[in-house]
Amino acid sequence: MFDLQGYGFLLVKGAKLTIVVGIGALIIALLLGLVGSLFKLSKIKTLAVLAETYTTVMRGVPELVSILLVYYGAPTLIQDIAAFFGKNIYVNLDPMFAGILTLGFIYGAFTTEVYRGAFLAVPRGQMEAARACGMSAVLSFRRILLPQMWRFAIPGLSNVWMVLIKATALISVIQLPELLMNAGIAARSTHKPFSCYFAASLIYLLITILSIGFQQWAEKRASRGIRRE
Amino acid sequence: MDISVITNNIPKLLDGTVITLEITAISVAAGFVMALFLSIMSVSKNNFIRMPVKWFIFYFRGTPLLVQIFIIYYGSGQFQSALSHVGLWYLFRKPFFCAVLSLALNTAAYSAEILRGGIEGVDFGEIEAARACGMSGFLLYRRIIMPAALRIAWPAYTNEVVFLLQATSLVSIITLMDITGVARLIASRTFAFYEIFITAAVIYLVLVYGLLFVFKKIEKKITAHLNPEAMAA
Repeated sequence: MFDLQGYGFLLVKGAKLTIVVGIGALIIALLLGLVGSLFKLSKIKTLAVLAETYTTVMRGVPELVSILLVYYGAPTLIQDIAAFFGKNIYVNLDPMFAGILTLGFIYGAFTTEVYRGAFLAVPRGQMEAARACGMSAVLSFRRILLPQMWRFAIPGLSNVWMVLIKATALISVIQLPELLMNAGIAARSTHKPFSCYFAASLIYLLITILSIGFQQWAEKRASRGIRRE
Repeated sequence: MDISVITNNIPKLLDGTVITLEITAISVAAGFVMALFLSIMSVSKNNFIRMPVKWFIFYFRGTPLLVQIFIIYYGSGQFQSALSHVGLWYLFRKPFFCAVLSLALNTAAYSAEILRGGIEGVDFGEIEAARACGMSGFLLYRRIIMPAALRIAWPAYTNEVVFLLQATSLVSIITLMDITGVARLIASRTFAFYEIFITAAVIYLVLVYGLLFVFKKIEKKITAHLNPEAMAA
């Protein structure tokens, strides 16, 4: 039943692209989340409202709709705006670029919430002590808050990663040859859809298992300096 | 921006909304019933009961939902002759059945894990007291453990239902005409991509936050004993 008739390499090739898209989107999400959480905790009302709107909308709309909106909607929107100003341009998004960008943008909303909780979890006294030692706001953020926040953020960020890597499967609808789309090609060529899709699911499962292992290692590493009773 | 495209197609999108809600409701109900049994099995001390459930939960939580949908919808074709032999092929031929089946199995796995956390969080004194009163087995679960576990698990279960509502958008990929399916069809005919997809997104936002509102109300109701002042007010 597991004879993939030589299409196994196609799945492996797709898996590589899946991981590339996943890591690319994760990097964008991590950076966006940092900005978003600082906006949310900011005393400037406009920034806080902006970040709140971003997380509320992104977490309320299905990923697939967001992907379709960016991939099909963004180019036409830009063209319409350009036409409004009397310019005729043609925009065509690369599926890989659109996929990484959209997933990063969606999961940035989730990392925003994770970071926000992690920042609040660092005891206030730490920052007060740093400020009392004469560190500026930026320096105390970089030296005190940022390094200590990771320990609280890692479990949440790992969760976001596990959801994100599975969400890369949705990119197949915009014709990026990642794992699921290649599995589909293999399924149609071999006339063994179950074997091909099941094999693909096992590759996703393997990625999940490896991620869990990495998470445990990272958590251990981030709490090296913590005393245990 | 072409407003008339949106207003003209609102009725069709609302038809899609009905399908979305239908699929969500059936999958949540079926998934919840399965999760009740799976969660009790996953706290069993018997390895032969616990381990298969653990593997089921691990597989469905560790692989993408879209892959699960494809395995059931397209993958069943590989067993067409066997399935028609036992008379199940007419079910697996229908995208609606396959969509609901995969969504229900998926949410059952996630909900079982949430409920297991709830069961393990039940105060042991309550179970001891129930045992002392002579309850055991099914009665103990029905009267004491499950109600308490559900209260503990409710906030997490709320999130799961919201995720499932959003996940129903994937059924559009196997040709069902839910909100996303209708939106894709209209967009490809009118080329009004962002107008239609933004409208679809707004419908989802209303559904999601409406659902959250209802579930928060239920949460207040089932935890009223922890908050007596609010109840009196």
